[in-house]
Amino acid sequence: MLKTLAAQIKEFKRDSILTPVFMILEVIMETIIPLLMASIIDNGVEAGNIGHIYRMGAIMVVMAALSLLWGVLGGRFGARASAGFARNLRQAMYDNIQTFSFSNIDKFSTAGLVTRLTTDVTNLQNAYQMILRMFTRAPASLIFAMCMAFSINARLASVYLVAVIFLGVCLFFIMSRTTKYFNQVFRKYDDLNASVQENVSAIRVVKAYVREDYEKSRFTKASENVYNMFVKAEKILTLNNPLMQLTVYSCILGISWLGAKMIVSDTLTTGQLMSLLTYCMNILSSLMMLSMIFVMVTMSMASAERITEVLNEKADLVNPEHPDFEIPDGSIQFKNVTFSYRKDSETPVLSHIDLDIKAGETVGIIGGTGSAKSSLVNLISRLYDVSEGSVCVGGKDVRSYDLETLRNQVSVVLQKNVLFSGTILDNLRWGDKDATEEECIRACRLACADEFIERFPDQYNTYIEQGGSNVSGGQKQRLCIARALLKKPKILILDDSTSAVDTATDSKIRKAFAEEIPNTTKLIIAQRISSVEHADHIIVMEDGKVNGYGTHEELLKTNHIYRDVYESQTYNKQANAEEGTENG
Amino acid sequence: MAEPKAKEFRGPGGGRRGPAPKVDNSGALFKRTMKYVLHFYTPHCITAVICIFVNVLASVQGTLFMQTLIDQYILPLIGQANPDFSGLAHAIFRVGCFYLCGVLASYIQSRVMVIVSQGTLKHLRDDMFTHMESLPIRYFDTNPHGDIMSMYTNDIDTLRQMISQSIPQFINSAITIVSVTISMLILNVPLTLLTLVMVCVMLVATRKLAGLSGHYFVEQQKDIGTLNGYIEEMMEGQKVVKVFCHEEQSREDFRQLNDKLFDSAHKANGFANILGPVNAQLGNISYVVCAIVGGILALNGVGGFTLGGLASFLTFNKSFNMPINQISQQLNSVIMALAGADRIFRLLDEKPETDEGYVTLVNARRENGQIVESEKRTGLWAWKHYHKAENTTTYQELTGDVVFDGVDFGYTPDKIVLHDVKLYATPGQKIAFVGSTGAGKTTITNLINRFYDIQDGKIRYDGININKIKKADLRRSLGIVLQDTHLFTNTVMENIRYGKLDATDEEVIAAAKLANADSFIRRLPQGYNTMLTGDGANLSQGQRQLLAIARAAVADPPVLILDEATSSIDTRTERIVQDGMDKLMKGRTTFVIAHRLSTIRNSDCIMVLEQGRIIERGTHEELLAEGGKYYQLYTGKLVMT
Repeated sequence: MLKTLAAQIKEFKRDSILTPVFMILEVIMETIIPLLMASIIDNGVEAGNIGHIYRMGAIMVVMAALSLLWGVLGGRFGARASAGFARNLRQAMYDNIQTFSFSNIDKFSTAGLVTRLTTDVTNLQNAYQMILRMFTRAPASLIFAMCMAFSINARLASVYLVAVIFLGVCLFFIMSRTTKYFNQVFRKYDDLNASVQENVSAIRVVKAYVREDYEKSRFTKASENVYNMFVKAEKILTLNNPLMQLTVYSCILGISWLGAKMIVSDTLTTGQLMSLLTYCMNILSSLMMLSMIFVMVTMSMASAERITEVLNEKADLVNPEHPDFEIPDGSIQFKNVTFSYRKDSETPVLSHIDLDIKAGETVGIIGGTGSAKSSLVNLISRLYDVSEGSVCVGGKDVRSYDLETLRNQVSVVLQKNVLFSGTILDNLRWGDKDATEEECIRACRLACADEFIERFPDQYNTYIEQGGSNVSGGQKQRLCIARALLKKPKILILDDSTSAVDTATDSKIRKAFAEEIPNTTKLIIAQRISSVEHADHIIVMEDGKVNGYGTHEELLKTNHIYRDVYESQTYNKQANAEEGTENG
Repeated sequence: MAEPKAKEFRGPGGGRRGPAPKVDNSGALFKRTMKYVLHFYTPHCITAVICIFVNVLASVQGTLFMQTLIDQYILPLIGQANPDFSGLAHAIFRVGCFYLCGVLASYIQSRVMVIVSQGTLKHLRDDMFTHMESLPIRYFDTNPHGDIMSMYTNDIDTLRQMISQSIPQFINSAITIVSVTISMLILNVPLTLLTLVMVCVMLVATRKLAGLSGHYFVEQQKDIGTLNGYIEEMMEGQKVVKVFCHEEQSREDFRQLNDKLFDSAHKANGFANILGPVNAQLGNISYVVCAIVGGILALNGVGGFTLGGLASFLTFNKSFNMPINQISQQLNSVIMALAGADRIFRLLDEKPETDEGYVTLVNARRENGQIVESEKRTGLWAWKHYHKAENTTTYQELTGDVVFDGVDFGYTPDKIVLHDVKLYATPGQKIAFVGSTGAGKTTITNLINRFYDIQDGKIRYDGININKIKKADLRRSLGIVLQDTHLFTNTVMENIRYGKLDATDEEVIAAAKLANADSFIRRLPQGYNTMLTGDGANLSQGQRQLLAIARAAVADPPVLILDEATSSIDTRTERIVQDGMDKLMKGRTTFVIAHRLSTIRNSDCIMVLEQGRIIERGTHEELLAEGGKYYQLYTGKLVMT
């Protein structure tokens, strides 16, 4: 994992090396100051040498100035290194995500990917800066101060050694116990917040069933629980400060007692005693800081893991080595196709599908929710790969084509479709970035989108908000169809793409298709019988299998599911009674 | 200890809602927060303050001991043949005792503060939740759910930071500064003044640097916002990117935004990182200057200044800089916490749903032709009136007769969405509403259960003005299956039981069967005991709707409202569900809203709504014969989006 992450440091290696170097230099300067202080007291004040005081003072000021310089440089390089590391991480993840297939995306989920690209990267950026700056600074400070102490007086300095071991062991136990507790607490805490979230979004249900008191008592209980766990975890942590103080105070008193005796017996000077006491603070607070950094870095490990997952994920659907760039025609064959989303699942989503669709045909697909209609069509543009059998377009297996060629020729209008922020023209040109305005308008006319676009004040330059939130569901669907048409595909697949469009417009779109793009193979998934009844053939899907195949009239006679659906939508079997709009 | 705060750089997590809003009335807010804390924990807080005081004094006397140590127990003894250390031993013992008190005080303080901060947060959370549950639906309409949630997460977290760390540290720093200043003044006045001057320089430098980096931080925050927005949008549309082979373009766009963020981020953090070293080294310089001046003073013995005094003074100088740094660091988090407190208090100040209703709903049974209250569930319901004037109680059977009389309503007073709605539903009727999106169908049902109150006109339920009925009882009498299905993190069984908390497993299963949900539930990994998470994310929209219907079925309400309850269920399944529902609702009033006309064909009366007015009413056959709007909708001869 660390190797994967470290590979993203790239051009910031220099900054990443210089930062700790400067931090160490800063520490050295700072550590020398108390030593000079001792000299001022011993050789200046006690010896009555004013010149020495000035000299040492001047050196100390220079030291402080240098220390400042190193500190500033360390800070700047550290900021650059960590911000750069974050940038590279984000870019690497984003680039890799672009190679992901649908199944890779499903595996991580949209929210999962967003978290990894945002919060997790920030966590690592902070952790990285911490490691570069503090993680070198604290141990360096500890070691140098210790060395100084030993060089002044080894006997006294050994007191510090004992103190460091004592405090270190204590901190280790406290921290390892609290991390464990806190991990549990935070999980419970997240659960609690998740339940608030549920309550907020389901407030109408809560109120409709008059469950306010029930929810309150449930929440209070859970909140009490979280409180108890937090208190338990933090109680251990409260030992930290007193322990630190205890150690520092013991050191001060011990050093004072032993030091005083030594000074009197002339084996130590007053100045040295003072600098030893200063080092005491340096050593123990560095240790304290080290333990804190440790906890913080451990906490960011979860983020590191999540990011590595994305970086190491390999697209499970790649371009063939010698791809075909030419798709002869829009015919489609399914040869004994079986498909499941996960390799280990027992029952496949699609099993033993055989289909033969000729170029230019219009084929309707109908079936209940979960009958795998979408899964079926997603195989044609190779959004997923079959588990067994093969899917052919233009007579050749889809896996032999260049992916981009295939997807440009097989245009899918997804069920869960998305418009992007930008003008209508910007959005349409996703289909063909060189499309002229006339071509765009023509596509909109085919998709019956022109009528409402032209009613907008800015017409084709109307700005679409993120996610298309400023157009209605039916308008969005029609824009998505127009966008797909601009690819001028050999095969057009509409996956329940007119569900929010009213019946009349729906039939207008179908009519336009038949007249204007007769050579394009059209696959139409729909809930409404009226959307498919005029198709050349209709496929009835049920539980991942083809239950019926034929024309409207044939299926009415032979297929009971189809007849059922038909009857449920045309109650009185009135000849002219069509279904109204659905799923607004 | 020069540690620049890593917290200062808070990326996406904290910055998602943009920079913290300025708090104008921070004084009042601070007072109110403190009052809230003290309300529960006055003794704790007093204890904590005393402990802080003891702790600071212990540390100060320790530093002063330096002087005594050097001047009384070291220097005089130098050169003596048989130095007597008994005085020193006594002194060290005395100081040790003080120190021990300090350590104890520190421990007690930490323990107490855990209770205070966690306890306050618990009370706050409970208060927030309890209050939130009592707020009218309108509150949830007008406040984005993300904002409400961030009060429970971000705002509470910043408050914890403030209560458990910032405030104790403030108190600690203040006491330290005062006691250290006094000690320093006792030791030496000129040196003290020198130290104070250096502190001023430090403060000015901090302020200057903060201003400089602030500019870049704003820039950074803006870039983070843009980049995160882009990430969210593109991840949402990643499948569309794939379908349109748009990967290269999206990579390139991302690179530009990402580079821009890097630019502002490393500048902003570069400046922030300078703050630490600058303060630390200014502190060091202050230390050095005092050492030189003090050294000269001690050398000449000016004003009785001794070597020991110098040693003590220099230690004070170091401990003086620390609280100054801490205060400037904590100030930021206090301001952020107050902004959070502001939002939280605003929630707590929000006016709860009012309820002046006094008519209640009771189980009833018939006794000699009279309606009497019953303890048990009888299937017969009655409204219980208490007449204050005569001090009598009367009972009236619930029949499900709903009348709208000239009802006007708007979500905001200036925009009326329902005009003069008249409606009569006689007991046992199935009433349907149709019309295009935004015609006001859902609004009508929201008025019956008083999610909103009407502006003008009257709604009567069994002849009683619904304002006189207690809201809880009114709602209990209405079973509603809402347009958006919501499921809770719990088992399938419990989710259905939500409709009637004391329902037995058998009742739940019967309800599921009625809603035609039983068969798919049994196919779930653990059947009825399958855990649902994330609002039932592992179920299809249609399955979730079936569960919602089952939930209403188990509640077995006298009146049922179905708001697009079957919109995601395919038409075949819908028919089966409807048969079940028809059985359930036999003899009870039902209101049905549906986009799909097949759902409502067999209604007793269909109301066609357009722009907040009922424009047609009648049965399916009558309306078709009329050849109006309904006919157009039904035959698809008119555009309706």
